[in-house]
Amino acid sequence: MQIAFAILVALTLASAIAAVSLRNLVHCALCLALAFAGLAALYLQLGAQFVGFAQILVYVGAVAILVVFAILLTRGGESAPQPVISRSWVAGIAVAVLVFGVLTKAMLSSSLAHREPPPKPGPAVREIGNQLMTRYVLPLEAVGLLLTAATIGASIIAMQDAGRKQPDPQSVASKPANARLRRDAEEFETPTG
Amino acid sequence: MMGDFFKGLLVMIWRVMTDQPDPKAEFLSVFPGGLQPLVSAVLSVSPIILVFATLFALTTWLERKGLGRIQNRLGPNRVGPYGLFQPIADGLKMLTKEDIVPRSADKVVHFLAPIAFLVPTLLAYAVLPYGRNLVPVNFDAGILFFFAVGASTELSIFMAGWSSRNKYSLLGAMRAIAQMISYEIPLILSSVTVIMIAGSLSLVEIVEQQGGYQFGWLPGWFVFTPWGLAGFVIFLIASLAESNRSPFDIPEAESELIAGHLTEYSGFKYALFFLAEYLGMFAVSGLAATLFLGGWRAPSPFLEWVPSYVWFLSKLVSLVCLFIWIRGTVPRLRVDQLLNFAWKFMLPMSLLNLLAAAAWHFTATWNFIGAGPGRWLLCAAMIAVPYVLLGRALTGGKKWTRRTYRFAE
Repeated sequence: MQIAFAILVALTLASAIAAVSLRNLVHCALCLALAFAGLAALYLQLGAQFVGFAQILVYVGAVAILVVFAILLTRGGESAPQPVISRSWVAGIAVAVLVFGVLTKAMLSSSLAHREPPPKPGPAVREIGNQLMTRYVLPLEAVGLLLTAATIGASIIAMQDAGRKQPDPQSVASKPANARLRRDAEEFETPTG
Repeated sequence: MMGDFFKGLLVMIWRVMTDQPDPKAEFLSVFPGGLQPLVSAVLSVSPIILVFATLFALTTWLERKGLGRIQNRLGPNRVGPYGLFQPIADGLKMLTKEDIVPRSADKVVHFLAPIAFLVPTLLAYAVLPYGRNLVPVNFDAGILFFFAVGASTELSIFMAGWSSRNKYSLLGAMRAIAQMISYEIPLILSSVTVIMIAGSLSLVEIVEQQGGYQFGWLPGWFVFTPWGLAGFVIFLIASLAESNRSPFDIPEAESELIAGHLTEYSGFKYALFFLAEYLGMFAVSGLAATLFLGGWRAPSPFLEWVPSYVWFLSKLVSLVCLFIWIRGTVPRLRVDQLLNFAWKFMLPMSLLNLLAAAAWHFTATWNFIGAGPGRWLLCAAMIAVPYVLLGRALTGGKKWTRRTYRFAE
């Protein structure tokens, strides 16, 4: 158990560190996808099947694809190698250690750290479905509304690009280059003799 | 000790062949306790790999022969009787080809892409119930696992297209990913219909629910209900698109994009992509057979003496033959036609299918005169009327006119 946990944690941490420190942006995105997969494996190791598989489906299957599409459509090739370590690294490390310390102290001194682990639940998916439909129905509807708004927003953005005035066929035909092409084509088509 | 080993082996094979529960127990008791989970896993996995790799080889032969006969030619017939050894010749050819990697390609990602495609595809086989007691892993969330690993293969297509540093590869990869994401939604929604009616995400449970016979002869498979038939058709079309098969093979069409994201792959890496694509096709056919066609169930009470894995394999092979038939018959869709079809037609139809399935479920308690056909008519109308209306609305008002011919002078 401990060995499996240690290996998974090492894999996730290594890929997360690689995701922020590699030079090539696409390599960073792929290591991020690997970190997501490591997180999913940690969920599965805790016995949360639904959350683990949903993590793979959503994060590796959709969010990682979104990240790589964003890189594809905005970068356009190799970016100039930038220095990996920023100039204010001392202040950065100090802030990170401070935040980590505060979070750890808060977690360890809260009531969660001293509670017994809860009893293992029965068939998880049915229980999740029940809870989503009875106790957590308001967050479910709010998430649905959010997704609908995102879809409508994406459609509107895409529609505005396509709604620009299409080039008029008449004006296209009257351009000098096209007129020359048509004349040449007519000469070619006239039967000889 | 060796006697125990072989006796356990024979008992296990006999129990698997006759559909008895828990076939591995006696064979596993020969091994020490710590080694048993490992041996159990190997015993579950090796038949799957053997059977489906052989099926892959046979399917390449069947496809070439089938396409050849549809196109009024013979297909391979030189290598062995009726060309049956052609897959062996193809395999040897792939193995002995030079492995070319472009000089400016991203070597690590280029190397990892076929592996990242093959491994999730093989993982998907772990949850299919091949027979009455023959499921490798019975997850409580089996279908979710299947779709999760299916979604992971899209990242490998991007890896293949990006790392090749080739315009065609990149364009092909983008189109392939757009196509696969678009068709994932109707695929998952049509299987959500089955999940909703069966009440469980576990594939074993879904096959259990398709037992029984209506009127004594019609199997209780989900395909014999109106929402099941529509869902089956939607699932088949979406799975054609997910496996990048004709008529949705714009990512790999030779006349369009050379070979899309596979342009810079030669030799064995190409063979791995080819293998992974066909294995994906088998897996999704297996899932279609499990969800809609009753999995390992026999179609008639008189045929239940045939072992269950034979029924599963025959359903899978007939779906593969259907895919080959469609490939030989239907022309290729353009990429914008493909995406319009997914978002404007398949997505609304699969949502309507959900509504029809809900109507079917809630009218199950009708018991007045004519309730059975009435239920059928109601649910079928809930699907067929919007189908016609949506189809008419989406043709853009173009009229069908008489076809005119223009002949050469």
